[in-house]
Amino acid sequence: MERSFIARNPSVLIFISILALFTIGVTVLSEGFGIGVISTSFVKTLGKTLCLCLIAIAMDLIWGYAGILSLGHFAFFGLGGYMVGMWLMYERTRQIVETSLAETALPPTPKEISTAIGNQIFGVVGSSEFPVIWAFADSLAIQLALVVLVPGLLALIFGWLAFRSRVTGVYLSILTQAMTLGLSLYLFQNASGLRGNNGLSGLQNLPGVEAPQSVVSVWMFWISALALGLAYLLVAWLVSGKFGSVIRGIRDSEARVRFLGYSVEHYKLAVFTLTACIAGIGGALYYPQAGIINPAEIAPIASIYLAVWVAIGGRGRLYGAVIGAAFVSLASSWLTGGQAPDINLGFYTIKWVDWWLVLLGLSFVLVTLFAPKGIGGLFDLATHNTKPEGKK
Amino acid sequence: MLRPLTPSRCDGVNPRKPDMKTPILVILAMLSALLFATTTAAQTGPSPVQDVLQEHRALLEKSSRKTIGPAIDAIALSGLPQMQGVLEAWRAKDVWQRLDDGLFFIAKKNATGDYDLTDFDSGQVVGTAPKKQLKQLKPNSGIRAMIATALVTFQLTDPDPEKRAAALVSLTRDPEAALLPPLRASIASETDEVLLARKSRLERLMTMAYDTDEAARVAAITEMAGDLSLDFRATLNPILSTKLVAAKADEAANVNIAKTLLPGDEALPRDEAYALLVKQDLTAPLVTAADRNAALVANIKEARVGGIFVQRLNTEVARDEAYAALVATGVAPPILSITEVDAILANHQFFFAYQEPSSAVTDAARKALDASETNVAANQAIDLGLDALSLASIYFLAAIGLAITFGVMGVINMAHGEFIMMGAYTGYVIQQVIPDHTISIIVAVPVAFGVTFMAGVALERLVIRWLYHRPLETLLATFGVSIVLQQLAKNIFGTQARPLTPPGWLDGAWVINDVVSISYIRIAIFVLALLFLALFLFIMKRTRLGLETRTVTQNPRMAASMGINPDRVNMLTFGLGSGIAGIAGVAIGLFAKVTSEMGGDYIVQSFMTVVVGGVGNIWGTLAGAAMIGTFQKGVEWLNPSNTLAAQTFMIVFIIIFIQFRPRGIVALKGRAAGD
Repeated sequence: MERSFIARNPSVLIFISILALFTIGVTVLSEGFGIGVISTSFVKTLGKTLCLCLIAIAMDLIWGYAGILSLGHFAFFGLGGYMVGMWLMYERTRQIVETSLAETALPPTPKEISTAIGNQIFGVVGSSEFPVIWAFADSLAIQLALVVLVPGLLALIFGWLAFRSRVTGVYLSILTQAMTLGLSLYLFQNASGLRGNNGLSGLQNLPGVEAPQSVVSVWMFWISALALGLAYLLVAWLVSGKFGSVIRGIRDSEARVRFLGYSVEHYKLAVFTLTACIAGIGGALYYPQAGIINPAEIAPIASIYLAVWVAIGGRGRLYGAVIGAAFVSLASSWLTGGQAPDINLGFYTIKWVDWWLVLLGLSFVLVTLFAPKGIGGLFDLATHNTKPEGKK
Repeated sequence: MLRPLTPSRCDGVNPRKPDMKTPILVILAMLSALLFATTTAAQTGPSPVQDVLQEHRALLEKSSRKTIGPAIDAIALSGLPQMQGVLEAWRAKDVWQRLDDGLFFIAKKNATGDYDLTDFDSGQVVGTAPKKQLKQLKPNSGIRAMIATALVTFQLTDPDPEKRAAALVSLTRDPEAALLPPLRASIASETDEVLLARKSRLERLMTMAYDTDEAARVAAITEMAGDLSLDFRATLNPILSTKLVAAKADEAANVNIAKTLLPGDEALPRDEAYALLVKQDLTAPLVTAADRNAALVANIKEARVGGIFVQRLNTEVARDEAYAALVATGVAPPILSITEVDAILANHQFFFAYQEPSSAVTDAARKALDASETNVAANQAIDLGLDALSLASIYFLAAIGLAITFGVMGVINMAHGEFIMMGAYTGYVIQQVIPDHTISIIVAVPVAFGVTFMAGVALERLVIRWLYHRPLETLLATFGVSIVLQQLAKNIFGTQARPLTPPGWLDGAWVINDVVSISYIRIAIFVLALLFLALFLFIMKRTRLGLETRTVTQNPRMAASMGINPDRVNMLTFGLGSGIAGIAGVAIGLFAKVTSEMGGDYIVQSFMTVVVGGVGNIWGTLAGAAMIGTFQKGVEWLNPSNTLAAQTFMIVFIIIFIQFRPRGIVALKGRAAGD
């Protein structure tokens, strides 16, 4: 008899329970809803971390399960952020402009309003015209749809071009890296229509919301936790079924799967596009908490760190990706944030800001060499489980 | 005794606007000057210099850039040899005026604190005076520039060739019609051949611009048509400069028309045409939207304008309506309809007029400039080709080490860029130890090779050899190494860019003409790239190591059974590729700043070069570098202001290119292709 996939994967239930407990715990401890032990900025950091876990799950699906090392998923993450950022920035500027124009003697015409908004938003790049891509910026629904559609479409086109010509392995990795580099260079131009290197800012203010940031941050945290939980369920369900078996097959021996009659390219394309959509959602939730997005966010190095997180956490298991992303990104923000104490060796003082990246790089090399299962491998030792997840 | 009236209050910059008093003051001053001229001349014999100065005394005393011109011209063109000394002293602020009699002297402070006065004509010290009785002529920077121009006349015939050359430079920078005759006169007596050529050329250029004879100008222009040089084009451009002018349709325009325009053309939108008419006072200004809004605001009565509630004025239509109501009551001027505006525009003619009145000259100049521009375009294409070649050699240099590690061994080394950085920092450190730039570079090349060779060997032994069968993980592990190396460099050398100074003999550029030039560093890099190509081919095809490398690459087990130690070969090959990256780092550091992040700037391009060129073939890498370099320069040429766009397009282009030739330009065939 077919058991439900959750029953076959107890780790899913455990994960969802822990996530729920964590969410409740943060809410109770937050300034907005609880006793105020956790500061608002730390709630935001935790919320952002959840979004990073979300894209780590996407990365695990494409790399850990399908064996495609994409070094460009932050491009999709950033695009998602830009899409929601356009609406946030437009709407907020519109409210400010309308308030200020209400003082004038004549009631403003629609054209005057749009010119004033354009001046506010694009003044920094020496323009006041709305670029074509901002056509739907006034509609939240359309921009939310674009959060999924734009990264999805880019992934579809790029993936179709790449997989069709059988670009695999390291070539594909480099090509995806080139893609994110190209996109970030493009966005750096003022003519890109997304404010060049200024990026979009003031995203932490939700238009029309009077609530203070301490409350808004908890809302965003809830949404991020919900998205992470749903994505975890979706991906866990996907990899537990036939689809999961096929993409694992592709990872282990692409040629054999092809000879068995599966259309390898379509599976790859589906995984690539789906993960791009998940990444887009992650970005759309991340940047309203970060407050600002600029093209430097999607520089190739970001996507490589993503691979680092997943590798350290343990790929091929979803909770590994989540642990890796949460552990490394929190450790990184703690150690580089200046809160960690310096270590005084007498002759030399180790500043964590300077040495954290050295440590990260070294541990990455060591994990790759000696512990391909990453932190997640420790759980196997605890449960005496030697088989990878999903093969039970 | 008549006191000078104006000078005591007018020195340096005179902000005072000319008023009704000035002519009277000037006349008074001139009268007094004449008086002194006659009396002093009678006392001390002939003093032609002082006479000229006294003649223009009023202007000299006023010392304003706007009015000093005639005085300087008179001094310069007086034909007196002593005048050069006068001008030089004046410019050096050594000319003082004695307040008693208004005479000018060169004054030098002496030991007692008073001033020794030297007469211009005799060159003798004729007296001393305390500072109180003197007044210094203080030429401001504008006047000093004018004096410098005037001095040119003297300097052009100066016996010292260096001074003549300097005069030519200043004349070239600031030509003037008045200086053409002295320049011509100086040519005949010129003995230095180089200077003669420069003078003749300048004479031709100034003839084009300033000669009074139209035929001579046309001849000079036609003679040099098609010339590439900047100065020729710079001479023609002002001749051809135009101004947009409007005139009534029925008036014959008495100007040299370059091009007639119709309102509504691309070059002259209707709005601009109308604005031009307004500017030339040919018609009344239009009522703009802002004017209309202001009129509406001014006429709000009881929350209404023209019978319409203010709240409803949030559309253009409603505002026009309200304004029409205001017009009807006569409180606002009417807005012209489009047909009325068209009628006004139709009543006028618009054209670009040359500032230069002679049409023969402008026609000749246009033809000559067109010929030059065709010529320039052709030369720019050559220059662009050279640029592309030099960029290609940089990419090739950065990629050649990768062509060994990635192309031959199939090991993807993301720390390759950091090896380039390591080489550059090695060069920097050696320059700190050895200050002589030539020697330090010669030392740096082998040391950089050694350092990065060792680093490469260490990386291969410690990391890569465990991962030969897991290429994706090699990529990740070497990325970890790259992060570590970058951060270590940052910790050691800081974040600011460090200079790697090229030796003096690499400074400057090989200038072929005013359009085509290439810096020596770029030539050196090109040569270095060729050397590396030769070295690579030699090692791979002619040495034992190359043979063994190729064997191990194709079939390591077979190679091992033939007595080759694959471990050792892999180690040495990887070290060789890394070492070459180190040398490339020294070369790249010479023209780019050395920073901890410089490796990252080249790594993606390097991989692209190898991938586009075709893995495993050095000629492919060469072709890839050439293609990427040419493409990037080509896009930059089409859109010169935006190098970011060039890089974006290049990446898009590469992604598309990979579609059609997934294995690169030069694809290996048969067994060598692997898989």
